[in-house]
Amino acid sequence: MKHLKSLTAGVALAAGLGAAAPAFAADEIFVPLFTYRTGPFAGSGVPIADGMKDYLTMLNERDGGIGGVKLKLEECETGYDTKKGVECYESIKGKNPVMTNPWSTGITLQLIPKAGVDKIPVLSMAYGLSAAARGDTFPWVFNPPNTYWDGLSIIMKYIGTQAGGMDKLKGKTIGYIYLDAGFGKEPIPLFEQYAKDVGFTLKLYPVGATEMQNQSAQWLNVRRDKPDFMVMYGWGALNPTAIKEAVKIGYPMDKFVSIWWPGEDDARSAGEGAKGFKTLNWHAVGADFPAMQDVKKYVVDAGKSLYPKEKFGELLYARGVYNAILIAEGISQAQKITGKKVVTGEDVRRGLEQMDLSEARLKEIGLAGFTAPLKLSCADHNGHRAAFVQEWTGTAWKKVTDPIEPNLQVVTPLLDGAAKDYAEKNTGWPKRTEVCDKAS
Amino acid sequence: MFYREAGQFKTDYAADMAVFPIRQDRIGLALILFVAFVIVPAFGSDFLLQVVMIPTLVFALATIGLNLLTGYTGLLSLGTAGFMGVGAFACYKLTTLFPGVSIVIWVLASGFFSAAIGAAFGLPSLRIKGFYLAVATLAAQFFLQWCFVRIPWLINYNVSNAIEVPERTLLGLIVTGPKASPEVRYLITLAIVVALAWVASNIVHGRIGRSWMAVRDMDIAAELMGIRLLPTKLLAFAVSSFYCGVAGALMVFFWFGGAEPDVFSISQSFLILFMVIIGGLGSIVGSFMGAAFIYILPIALGSLAAAFNAPIPPATLEHLRYMIVGAMIIVFLIVEPHGLAALWRTTKQKLRTWPFPY
Repeated sequence: MKHLKSLTAGVALAAGLGAAAPAFAADEIFVPLFTYRTGPFAGSGVPIADGMKDYLTMLNERDGGIGGVKLKLEECETGYDTKKGVECYESIKGKNPVMTNPWSTGITLQLIPKAGVDKIPVLSMAYGLSAAARGDTFPWVFNPPNTYWDGLSIIMKYIGTQAGGMDKLKGKTIGYIYLDAGFGKEPIPLFEQYAKDVGFTLKLYPVGATEMQNQSAQWLNVRRDKPDFMVMYGWGALNPTAIKEAVKIGYPMDKFVSIWWPGEDDARSAGEGAKGFKTLNWHAVGADFPAMQDVKKYVVDAGKSLYPKEKFGELLYARGVYNAILIAEGISQAQKITGKKVVTGEDVRRGLEQMDLSEARLKEIGLAGFTAPLKLSCADHNGHRAAFVQEWTGTAWKKVTDPIEPNLQVVTPLLDGAAKDYAEKNTGWPKRTEVCDKAS
Repeated sequence: MFYREAGQFKTDYAADMAVFPIRQDRIGLALILFVAFVIVPAFGSDFLLQVVMIPTLVFALATIGLNLLTGYTGLLSLGTAGFMGVGAFACYKLTTLFPGVSIVIWVLASGFFSAAIGAAFGLPSLRIKGFYLAVATLAAQFFLQWCFVRIPWLINYNVSNAIEVPERTLLGLIVTGPKASPEVRYLITLAIVVALAWVASNIVHGRIGRSWMAVRDMDIAAELMGIRLLPTKLLAFAVSSFYCGVAGALMVFFWFGGAEPDVFSISQSFLILFMVIIGGLGSIVGSFMGAAFIYILPIALGSLAAAFNAPIPPATLEHLRYMIVGAMIIVFLIVEPHGLAALWRTTKQKLRTWPFPY
């Protein structure tokens, strides 16, 4: 067992190097960004990472940070791998981060129990654990602006109107193609309930994370079953592959509706045939906003962005910007509530809880009309905002419906049950002791 | 000069056959254990314990498990991650069904579930060998992973579709869950790994280990000498899976604190196989070295870049890590095809005669 000597030496080396890293300055706010520009999910991960980073960099360049305090941004590459995500978390934990944005359901699940202990809020924007919408059970976790269950209820409403009324779906077949992980499986209970209540047949087509790029078997089944509608919950390489396969078997694209994750690149790669493909969305695409122009001016044109200029403002990039807006709003609300300039994770938790992204505020930050207002509260960490359906025209996304409200009647009992179940199964899950701030 | 056994006389057979016949080795081992049990938890940072030490120990245990099978018995397996998963899920089911029993007992007990599954999938090993057996174990990997994803009973129908590690205490200390301190989790992992490594060392130096090695070197000859192949090979599968199962349970309960079934994917099986090959087939010491090398090297490279404040974007750094680690693996295998353990043996031999090699 002499080996341990070399092991300890290596460890000592690593530890020494870790300790040698420069200490953070006290007048900065540390915002770690968990991103992935490598691995099978990089196709979705790169625009998100750049959107988040560029917007926050713009705040640094234009305003000198938030409330006069510079943001210290640090990217940590997770590769969508839970192990690396935990490694990233441990490496940033000691640097006084104000929040984490895991960008992976797997990593989010790891961080949820740790958030309250380490006093670092988790902002998992429209992913992660849906039950975390219940702020009374999960005071440290935020998942605005809607959950995957909200998303499914919106898709069902849309499909219902397409079919000419919910009752017309009776006897029809709806196919569900999804990433065979926590993320894709989460909506299934709700889907099954819908199938029972409305009377349609639900066909499941799971795609394993390792087989994302080879879905011919699933689509062969789709061709055989001929579902009247297809619903997709995918991420990374799953999305472009599914769209390509759908085009290949000649599935009618206007009957193919996805949750909010496919971007332009995913649809574009399938060629002309992808026209008519639909996804949910809750924010605008494009660069026609003062704040986006500032991002372009201060970051992209200044050569500080890694993102290709010609794709500036595309869907997933804008999604990253939306995430960055929530980060910035959380921090500025925290500054407002506490009166401090340099806020901590605990302050930002309160800030996120008091998030009030009103029309006026959106206009103030130069994003009027970019997205619908969002207001969170101590009990509701999600907002359950409406989402609209957009259609791929072959070159861009086109909004084709008004915002559709989620069906809270079916979602709320599920959320309550799930939150209760989570707290019960995790023995020792703490009761909320965090005081709720009065709306400021 | 300092490392030599001159003057250390052995007066009986037991002393001659000891695992550590040289006094310096024993002192070194005691020192390492002292550092591991006292110095590291006392002075190590959370990052060191949580990101470096606990994972390395977990992987070392899994590597020992695979080494018993591949290195000592000569049976190639690609189902390691699957067997680790069996241990993890068994431990989760056991501790949620019987929360009153100590978690350490359940971690060890979950190894037996893994052993049973491993022995079942080891049955084809009597008829097929080499690459063909690797394919059979690959089937085990896919089948087990399919079970982890498809059987919600295994995760108690959790809405998160993942193992959620509940809080457990041992002697009044919180040992699992988010509130458990890294020191406590590290010490428990270390104690289990050291104990099991000691057991493994004794197994391979005894009758069972010798029969395994006889089967590895030539199974027909071993059979002619009176070694019954089926029980021997199945025992190797069972013991190997036991180690992997315990490693899997440790991984989820003392390192991750929760796990999606994806964790136990084929890439993890390959990772552990690489650790065995880099460390050295048929060596317990090598298992620790291999695990440390493969797991710590990328982290060390990362902190190296951070220490020098290198302006490398994280994605490039990630690519660099892959390239450097890959290149180093190739270099190591060219310099020493028998792994780090053989390198260590050569170094020791050189040290014994240093500074007068002739």
